[in-house]
Amino acid sequence: MSDADFETIRRLQAERNALAGGTKGSKTFDASNQRTDVSTKASLTESFDNDLYEREGVDKYAGYNTSIAADGDDEDMEDGDDNTRRLVGQYTASRDQMNEFSSGAGVEEEDILLGREKKAAIADRETDYQKRRFNRGALTPTRADPFAANSQAGVEAEGQSYREVMAARELEKEEERVRRLISDKQAKGEDDVVHHEATLKKEDTSDKENNEAGSTVSVATSRKRKQRWDVSSETPSADAAGATEEKPKRSRWDQTPVPGAEEGPKRRSRWDQAPTLTGATPVGNQGLATPMHPSQAGGAPMLPTAFGTDISSRNAPLSDEELDLMLPSEGYKILDPPPGYEPIRTPARKLMSTPAPMGGAGGLGGFMMQEPESARMLGKQMPTDIPGVGDLQFFKAEDMTYFAKLVDGADENSLSVDELKERKIMRLLLKVKNGTPPMRKTALRQLTDNARQFGAGPLFNQILPLLMEKTLEDQERHLLVKVIDRILYKLDDLVRPYVHKILVVIEPLLIDQDYYARVEGREIISNLSKAAGLAHMISTMRPDIDHVDEYVRNTTARAFAVVASALGIPALLPFLRAVCRSKKSWQARHTGVKIVQQIPILMGCAILPHLKGLVDCIGDNLNDEQAKVRTVTSLAIAALAEAANPYGIESFDDILNPLWTGARKQRGKGLAGFLKAVGYIIPLMDEEYANYYTSQIMEILLREFSSPDEEMKKVVLKVVSQCASTDGVTAGYLKENVLQEFFKSFWVRRMALDKRNYRQVVETTVDLGQKVGVGEIIERIVNNLKDESEAYRKMTVETVEKVVASLGAADIGERLEERLIDGILHAFQEQSVEDIVMLNGFGTVVNALGTRCKPYLPQIVSTILWRLNNKSATVRQQAADLISRIAMVMKQCGEDALMGKLGIVLYEYLGEEYPEVLGSILGALRSIVTVVGINSMQPPIKDLLPRLTPILRNRHEKVQENTIDLVGRIADRGPESVNAREWMRICFELLDMLKAHKKGIRRAANNTFGFIAKAIGPQDVLATLLNNLRVQERQSRVCTAVAIGIVAETCAPFTVLPALMNEYRVPELNVQNGVLKSLSFLFEYIGEMAKDYVYAVTPLLEDALIDRDQVHRQTAASVVKHVALGVVGLGCEDAMVHLLNLLYPNLFETSPHVIDRIIEAIEAIRMAVGSGLVLNYVWAGLFHPARKVRQPYWRLYNDAYVQGADSMVPYYPTFDDDKLARHELGIII
Amino acid sequence: MADKLRAQQQLEQLQSRYVGTGHADTTKFEWTSNIQRDSYASYIGHPPLLSYMAIGMGEPKEKVRAKMIEKMIQPVGKPPEMQD
Repeated sequence: MSDADFETIRRLQAERNALAGGTKGSKTFDASNQRTDVSTKASLTESFDNDLYEREGVDKYAGYNTSIAADGDDEDMEDGDDNTRRLVGQYTASRDQMNEFSSGAGVEEEDILLGREKKAAIADRETDYQKRRFNRGALTPTRADPFAANSQAGVEAEGQSYREVMAARELEKEEERVRRLISDKQAKGEDDVVHHEATLKKEDTSDKENNEAGSTVSVATSRKRKQRWDVSSETPSADAAGATEEKPKRSRWDQTPVPGAEEGPKRRSRWDQAPTLTGATPVGNQGLATPMHPSQAGGAPMLPTAFGTDISSRNAPLSDEELDLMLPSEGYKILDPPPGYEPIRTPARKLMSTPAPMGGAGGLGGFMMQEPESARMLGKQMPTDIPGVGDLQFFKAEDMTYFAKLVDGADENSLSVDELKERKIMRLLLKVKNGTPPMRKTALRQLTDNARQFGAGPLFNQILPLLMEKTLEDQERHLLVKVIDRILYKLDDLVRPYVHKILVVIEPLLIDQDYYARVEGREIISNLSKAAGLAHMISTMRPDIDHVDEYVRNTTARAFAVVASALGIPALLPFLRAVCRSKKSWQARHTGVKIVQQIPILMGCAILPHLKGLVDCIGDNLNDEQAKVRTVTSLAIAALAEAANPYGIESFDDILNPLWTGARKQRGKGLAGFLKAVGYIIPLMDEEYANYYTSQIMEILLREFSSPDEEMKKVVLKVVSQCASTDGVTAGYLKENVLQEFFKSFWVRRMALDKRNYRQVVETTVDLGQKVGVGEIIERIVNNLKDESEAYRKMTVETVEKVVASLGAADIGERLEERLIDGILHAFQEQSVEDIVMLNGFGTVVNALGTRCKPYLPQIVSTILWRLNNKSATVRQQAADLISRIAMVMKQCGEDALMGKLGIVLYEYLGEEYPEVLGSILGALRSIVTVVGINSMQPPIKDLLPRLTPILRNRHEKVQENTIDLVGRIADRGPESVNAREWMRICFELLDMLKAHKKGIRRAANNTFGFIAKAIGPQDVLATLLNNLRVQERQSRVCTAVAIGIVAETCAPFTVLPALMNEYRVPELNVQNGVLKSLSFLFEYIGEMAKDYVYAVTPLLEDALIDRDQVHRQTAASVVKHVALGVVGLGCEDAMVHLLNLLYPNLFETSPHVIDRIIEAIEAIRMAVGSGLVLNYVWAGLFHPARKVRQPYWRLYNDAYVQGADSMVPYYPTFDDDKLARHELGIII
Repeated sequence: MADKLRAQQQLEQLQSRYVGTGHADTTKFEWTSNIQRDSYASYIGHPPLLSYMAIGMGEPKEKVRAKMIEKMIQPVGKPPEMQD
């Protein structure tokens, strides 16, 4: 190609790009809103429309990550497996698969049961991992509050102390370890070596026999506990820990029973255990040693005893006394057992009986048919009217478990104060959870206001079990969480003993699939940490950091990250540093690093000031002896670097070396983590370093190109694209070292089959293309366009489209151009499923090549014509869509004859029956009209338009939108080609369009009214519109009002105003309001022209402003506002002050809409007449004795102040007091 | 209730951004102090006005400016005694 040609192409492309970029805000005809934007007035399409039409912008939350992996990227925790004991093996899909289905990445068809699914209980859609929250037992014991303000030294606070908790954790760990040992032994036979990394390493080797014997006592006693980082923290553990060292560690049987528990938990062997619902692990059992509910200890068998999980809390039959207490005594009698009845005496069999009263509620154990327990089916038993509560929205069977007390009919007078309080709370909670919105509101307020009187204990002991209920639904959870949030504020430090209980319940929210649940969880934890204080939070969560259960550690890490964001990173940093260097257990280090990983994910770039500290904290863990810790460290570094981008490279200086050398040593999963970290750090570097470090890592990347591991592939692709997009990496380097290998390993058919790989490969190729240029990339993949695999062709087309769209086609040589067009045509024709990707690809390539397409156009057009004739509707639709894409290029190539031909063919197809296709055909016609112009259009407009009029009646949105667009264009450019009668007919059809759902249609219809009015004069159009003000639907009236405004604007106001004002005389509220509304739009659109009409409309406004109906006054106020803003500085002050006098009495309106409009109008008048005059009205009420008067006056004052404090200075009132006088203003020279 | 709460929050936000704004419980002292401070700020902020005043007072412009800034501290005297 000659240079001259090249230049021409370049120039044309630049012009086209400028054209594309210039459409927004240019003064020329704007295709998107059909208006010639030459006025300086408020845009029709922006904020103003938002009042009128519902928003239809993009999803507000687009771009947010709406789902997270429950355990981050760190999936390789082997103890992270589900280790609940089940009698039946479970077979589930892999997590990846489940996540894919749960997030519905696009290809899956809409699940018709989705709606129902959503309604069902939260537990039903949790993954196995998330279900593990139930393993943590019901409620953890209340903790002592060592930081309580009035605590005395030496006096043991009530509740579990830090020391006890730590001891219990230690015990759990030991138990877990032994259990593993045993299971390993059983699995492998006696002689096997134990690989498990013990928590207590020394004993593991020296005291092995002892462990195998199952005795934990001697191990525990012989161990000397080292205190490292938990000493330094400001917890009371210093002395407590000392005590532990002296004292032999308590084993279970001599453990002091926690107050209220009837017996300590016993270790049971597995086989005789009934399938419990949860808590099958020893972990769970530990928690069950706790008092479930305050009432339980008191002997009154409350139902939360049966809180699903615990069979251990009661292991004895109910005695007769207890039964007497539970069951009503009057009207019943105790029957003798039938002859021959033998009670079961064998304990094992008894355990096998139903484990808990709520077995049916979707438990984990055994096989059960799920039965829908809807309120409807249980309607008979389930009352919705609880005494003292009122009519509830619903009442579930499970609720009875918690709220049974409310219906037991006990005499309120015989109850103690505590019991009364408990019932009061119960009633309020029930109202909040199940009540109607107004009930909820009042109950919530009562709970909040009385929180301190009720006390933290009674409140949380009722709320938290409810939150752990298995059948809990989203709405209920949301409300209960809200209750917690509110009472946290009130309880403040009273909440301390319950922090752990709350955390156990709230932490699972942090890994919920629902974005809002996660946000709620974060908010609660951050409020909790503000209420309880850092020291208490640390001492509470510390024992969970090296918990045996990975789930607990994971959620704790996330909770800690929230604490860090609430209380500031610096406050937590010393603790984190200590945890990350813990020598005692790698789990602690792992969790510590994980906290550091979660902090940047949560806080984003807010970590920058503390980046150095955070990196230092985890730097050493890159060389940790535990592979898992190394991996999570590299992931944490990746997260930090990602959040810090593009700053903060200096903070990473220290770890660069370990990271790069570490990457050489790692394999597999660990390597993936390291590479990820490398990939995020390289973009932070400056050019030279980036270049150097990239070349250092590239060797490994190239090696891993051939890795079979999917995860590794993903990471490698990501790192390659990150490296390629940094400045330091040159195109030459990439061409020389990377491209060859990259295309060999990743551009294979197999990659196109998996959606994730597909996307990643396309993305990376495009990123590489940004550096090495279009030619290089397309040269390598163009042959794939003729590949036999359709998915592979699609992948190629998508890549070509993206590369060409961002870089243009100037780089593509003549030969390559030929191959490209040939390939794309082939791919387009061969598609078996019509895909938007192909269409986009074709369109982009043709547009990029521009005039260079000329030789190929006949072939392309013949393809299109052929496909327009196809039997399949989608093929026809796609062909029509393609015409709209390439019409511009055809014009450039001077193929007017071809376009005429296409136009005629399309015209023939206007009888198309599929609305989607018809819409596309209309769109294609429109684009042809746009490029060839009205006059040279084939078929002529006078033939085309009459065919369009009936199509306007089509109710399909796409058809409507495209027709109205086409009609609008004709009305704008060539109204003379059709007679007035035809236009009036179209006007009538257009009125229906004002009811359309889609904003674009209504907008186009409104604009078209303007064009038509301009073409045939406003009188007839106006008459039609004014009649339409009488219709019933509000939306239609509103749109009519807008249309009148537009007509007034296009045909000058004086043609419209007389008729409009005359219409106001119709004694009908709707019409009068409509007139006012039109006036409001009219004055908004005409802006400064208003000065000629102010005095004309003032009498009308006078009348409207003193009307009885407040909506009337409101609308009048908005007219005043627009008039006033139009005449600023144009000398209509007298009229404005007159209107202000009429407006001012409305200041005491209370309805928010009305008062807002009134205030706006007053502000607008202030703009027009200056603040001095309006402020004279304000001084009168600022210090009025009645607050109700002062309030709106201060609102006016504040608005004036915010908008023009400086302009108020000359007008402040003069005071008699000498101190208040402003003498400076009196200076006269 | 919710509306009131929101209005309250909005007012607080406004107040934190613009010190000079008031509310139904603003006292005369607060209001007049704000007026005086705003006035001084305005004089200083308009150099022609400041020169005019400086000439009228027969003092150098900078001195007048400094004096005005000084006066912004308790411009209307001490706050009234709190009585409760």
